[in-house]
Amino acid sequence: MFKNLKKFEVNRLEILGLKGNYDKKLMPKLSNKDIKKLYEAMILTRIFDRKALNLQRQGRLGTYASMDGQEASIIGSAYALKKEDWLFPSFRENGALILRGQPMNELFMYWGGDERGMNIPKNVNNFPISIPVGTQILHAVGVAMAAKIKKHKICSLVYFGDGATSEGDFHEGLNMAGVYKAPVVFICQNNQWAISVPREKQTASETLAQKAIAYGFNGIQVDGNDILAVYKATKDALDNARKGKGPTLIECHTYRINDHTTSDDAKKYRDVKEVEEWKKKDPIVKLWNFMKKKKLWTRKYETKLIAKLTKNVEDAVKKAESMPKPKVDDMFKFVYKNMTERQKKELSEING
Amino acid sequence: MAKLNLVEAINLGLKQEMKRDKNVIILGEDVGKDGGVFRVTDGLQKIFGEKRVFDTPLCESGIVGTSIGMAVYGLRPVCEIQFEGFIMPAFDQIITHLARIRNRSRGRFNVPLVIRCPHGGGIRALEHHSDCPEVLFSHIPGLKVVIPSTPYDAKGLLASAIMDEDPVIFFEPKKIYRSIKEEVPEKEYTIPIGKAKILQKGNDITIISYGAIIHKVKEACDKINDISCEIIDLRTLSPLDEETIIESVKKTGRVLIVHEAPKMFGVGAEISALINENVLTSLEAPIERVTGFDVVVPLPKLEDYHIPSIGRIINGIKKVINFS
Ligand SMILES: Cc1ncc(C[n+]2csc(CCOP(=O)(O)OP(=O)(O)O)c2C)c(N)n1
Ligand SMILES: [Mg+2]
Repeated sequence: MFKNLKKFEVNRLEILGLKGNYDKKLMPKLSNKDIKKLYEAMILTRIFDRKALNLQRQGRLGTYASMDGQEASIIGSAYALKKEDWLFPSFRENGALILRGQPMNELFMYWGGDERGMNIPKNVNNFPISIPVGTQILHAVGVAMAAKIKKHKICSLVYFGDGATSEGDFHEGLNMAGVYKAPVVFICQNNQWAISVPREKQTASETLAQKAIAYGFNGIQVDGNDILAVYKATKDALDNARKGKGPTLIECHTYRINDHTTSDDAKKYRDVKEVEEWKKKDPIVKLWNFMKKKKLWTRKYETKLIAKLTKNVEDAVKKAESMPKPKVDDMFKFVYKNMTERQKKELSEING
Repeated sequence: MAKLNLVEAINLGLKQEMKRDKNVIILGEDVGKDGGVFRVTDGLQKIFGEKRVFDTPLCESGIVGTSIGMAVYGLRPVCEIQFEGFIMPAFDQIITHLARIRNRSRGRFNVPLVIRCPHGGGIRALEHHSDCPEVLFSHIPGLKVVIPSTPYDAKGLLASAIMDEDPVIFFEPKKIYRSIKEEVPEKEYTIPIGKAKILQKGNDITIISYGAIIHKVKEACDKINDISCEIIDLRTLSPLDEETIIESVKKTGRVLIVHEAPKMFGVGAEISALINENVLTSLEAPIERVTGFDVVVPLPKLEDYHIPSIGRIINGIKKVINFS
């Protein structure tokens, strides 16, 4: 005989429609001021992104990974964090880093190949950008475990892509988080592509959210272009984590509008029609329609906002580019607490 | 004969090997439809189909680990790891299994597997895209480590690697992927693994190097007319061609070793010890090393300080020559 041991379901959360309509029952507690802040952070993210792409084309930045289309996933999740929580980025979340207080000029420096750009302010609990896919998941789990051991009411939140779910570190991280009921939130930005590999070829799972089930905790898919849904899912997950209920995996179902990075050419492997379809679901336009309906938006507000944010971004670029080149000792200074005798010798050799 | 760059030469080499032996398959991240992020496998999926050239999920340990199984079962996988910095998730499979299965099974099983992987800096990239981890693999008994520095050598060494009955880590110096062209025969040829090349004959000093940096070594030597430099391109790090090194040192008595990887416990140290053990009395000056510094590879703004410059190489040559 077969006895049914478990039945599973996977849910998707959507709050905002395309025309500003929304699900009142699911509306998270957000003041008008909050809504505006979310909107402004998304706009800033896009302006930053456009600028970075532009600078890259002019040879003023190195390889850069665009956030276009993923602003709601990036901002909605980060906005739910408390200041004292920890954030672990991959390489596609500049908007979240800025929202949490990392100076934009430093991010431009970083993408320009200047390590001083990862000099994260002491009061900002952001971990440095992690390039090796999926590896940062474990660090976030570790911080959450430590916070739990120390009885601090702190959570950690980690970003990674759909591709990252194929790495061994993803499995190990989620498994350990489940075992220790670590207060961590996993934000999987499923932007449908890992460079040229589409989501369907990444895993035979129908959703990425359902992977959480195997680790013994909740997984949910959200409309990743719906900032209210992303915010609500993250806020609920953080609240649960703080109450000792353990981790949550949130799959933000979204789309990478641009090439993988500036070194990539997506035309080689994907249909532009697909991109056009997703552009119709632009996360910023979605919230904009909502705000218009709620009378939270006027043309004057928009004009002023864009002018202000554009200036902030331009100022940040100026500041970044006016920095003198790093000194050569910069590459020796942080390898160890104290330079080894050998490093000292090498450095003095360079300095002649 | 066509003039090909490194990417084209390797691509042609892969194509030929796949035609020659239907057991040769290619797998890795973005190697199929995209043709690899450096386009090394471009067009191969079109020719050989998705069964023989396929994209994998994003999992280096998975790529290498399953390739081991496929190789044991009779296929000849050539897997690509997208950048040397991302070979680390596969490190466990490479060190604990790939290198040991022949030994562990007393020769019953062997793993004819090639891991292709771009290598080294100089392309102004993000973190983990500019490293030189070759010694991590050269240190491991059971692995062969190859690193060509020209299109011609690349094609010949790749053919040997694919035919080899043991695992080969095949590093491709990405800085020179497209910067050098040379005549590469259409027809199949092999260059033996474990054999260095004397790139330039000379009498005053032996300069030993490999990979992209060897081109800077050549430039440095061209700039100093009054010193006769013998340049050895190792081409294979493991097994090391001891004879070529020893014979050259016997002749010149002076040695400079140049590599981009950090100095500590590097290829330079191994070669220096080899020379000490075999031809110490031939030496007329201490062996000198010009290498990357013992630091984490810096991001582009400081990269040029880290990678040995022509100036540093010239200084190294002069230091060895002027010793008395
Ligand atoms: C361990 C590792 N392997 C390979 C790479 C090269 N690489 C960079 S991003 C990427 C795809 C990532 O896809 P996904 O996780 O979906 O994130 P996305 O880029 O779509 O945000 C790959 C293969 C890497 N950075 N790290
Ligand atoms: Mg993705």
